[in-house]
Amino acid sequence: MTEKNIYLPYLMRITKITEESPAVKTFRLEFVDEVAAQNFDFKTGQFGLYSAFGEGESTFCIASSPTRKGYIECTFREVGRVTAALADKEVGDIVGFRGPYGNVFPLEAWKGKNLVFIAGGIALPPLRSVIWNCLDLRDWFKDITVVYGARSVADLVYKHELKEWTERPDIKLVTTVDPGGETPDWTGKVGFVPPVVEQLGLSAENTVAIVCGPPIMIKLTLPVLEKLGFAPDQIYTTLENRMKCGLGKCGRCNTGSSYVCKDGPVYTLAQLNELPAEY
Amino acid sequence: MADTFKLTHENLDSLFAALRKDGRRILAPVDGDGRTELNEVEKPSQVAKGYIQTIMSAKDVVFPKVERLLSYTTAPGTVELHDAEPKALPTVLFGVRPCEAKAFGALDAVFNWDYRDKFFNARLEKMAVIGVSCLKADDACFCTSLGGGPADTAGSDILLTPIESGYLAEVLTVKGKAIQALAPNLFTPGNGVDKAAIAAKLEQAFDQPALTAKLPGMFENELWEDQALRCIGCGACAYVCPTCVCFDIQEEADPKQGQRLRCWDSCGFSMFTLHASGHNPRETQSARWRQRIYHKFSTYPERYQMLGCVGCGKCTRACPVDMNLREHLVEAANV
Repeated sequence: MTEKNIYLPYLMRITKITEESPAVKTFRLEFVDEVAAQNFDFKTGQFGLYSAFGEGESTFCIASSPTRKGYIECTFREVGRVTAALADKEVGDIVGFRGPYGNVFPLEAWKGKNLVFIAGGIALPPLRSVIWNCLDLRDWFKDITVVYGARSVADLVYKHELKEWTERPDIKLVTTVDPGGETPDWTGKVGFVPPVVEQLGLSAENTVAIVCGPPIMIKLTLPVLEKLGFAPDQIYTTLENRMKCGLGKCGRCNTGSSYVCKDGPVYTLAQLNELPAEY
Repeated sequence: MADTFKLTHENLDSLFAALRKDGRRILAPVDGDGRTELNEVEKPSQVAKGYIQTIMSAKDVVFPKVERLLSYTTAPGTVELHDAEPKALPTVLFGVRPCEAKAFGALDAVFNWDYRDKFFNARLEKMAVIGVSCLKADDACFCTSLGGGPADTAGSDILLTPIESGYLAEVLTVKGKAIQALAPNLFTPGNGVDKAAIAAKLEQAFDQPALTAKLPGMFENELWEDQALRCIGCGACAYVCPTCVCFDIQEEADPKQGQRLRCWDSCGFSMFTLHASGHNPRETQSARWRQRIYHKFSTYPERYQMLGCVGCGKCTRACPVDMNLREHLVEAANV
């Protein structure tokens, strides 16, 4: 009996590289194998393991929207051995991809609701997939608001898309940078994400909030949302615990009875409240 | 109900010969260098006597310490991937204890829920277990607290219980019957031996279902910190454990070729959950100790309807700072 090797990645060719901010890059990846390309499907919220052959695998979300066919994108910061090797790649080079893994953002359940996306720093990529997905299904939703903060103007990722969202009438974008991170021509806000969210005068009614960012941003944003009247099941986030397999076997991402790679990475705050805070 | 037979010492000799003739290697506990470990044997006389347990578990027969998952060759602009095939040898595991035989079920649960792991499965398929019941236990043993027992049949294809003239042989599974079929006349009719009277006596140390039920409510209990104070995070417990399945995936490569390897790992290591950002969800050794207990006694029952521990006590015997899992569980059960 021959079974499939679940650890075997797809070979992907890098067709586009975008320098997002210092040490942050976006790769557009296309399947080398045409049959694989045709059979591949994913939903927003899912992630994969990306290989730099010679160094190993790293876990990132799929940062592009499933409505954009023919490729996937990932955005990563160069912080370790694998991401450094990936950062050295050029257009035309081959990397590996395993996935899609994990659960999804429940867009069907959000039909007819207002959406508020709140992201900090390098945590915009997982939400960017959802935002584009929702924009491509625009008539499913009511108001779409995005609050995005970074340490400095230089640290904002997807600058060209932020510009596009600013110009679009069907999405409201609020950008902010930490005090001291602004430039003379900066037209966005200056301040941390939680107070900026508080000042927006959001209503929790018929609204879901999707929050992703560094632990401190999430920790300080949740009380603000609670104050605004958001219930724990109206708040979504996506976790990224360390993973090796992505298949619910290697044990690394396990917290409480949950495997982030299988039961996540998407959780509501109500679900997270049931887990030990080991993420 | 198992078919029960008698297998004399002479007939076990012949059975070993028949198994080898059938192209199977026999792994059994062997004494050497002051320790008892699994090794390939040709005849029963080579098998250790009087051992309670081997130090290492038998899990590497189905889950090797290091296993190649794939390999590749690279050149500018191209990568050629090569699938890896596990070298699964027909193997009979002789003389493992009932606790360890049962442990393969816990490994199977992880390797085959949802995604199926072909490496594990290829090896498991070619492995048969001839377990041998325990006639003695030590203060690390606690199988009877976890629903097992010194003569428990779970996980064995054939279970042997030593009797005066040889063994009582319970043929339990299709694989067991296939072994019997190699030399059916070696298995003579069994009499009404009372297995329980022969096997080791081991009192139940704590109420496991009650412990499992209360674990979710005692996550913040200071007991975990107290118990872990002396833990040095060496990971020996995980390496000797027959059910510990957590693994790492590592790359071994030079500029032109490489391979991806699965290696044993331990949730007790400080880097196990360390994020690239420097954030570590389980920053302290006590959080990692608690994870070990919860994974085996709370997560496993919830996800796989079984325990992630068989009470073999290997971790306790291997621990360099004398942490006794049975005692720690008794303490937790008494909270």
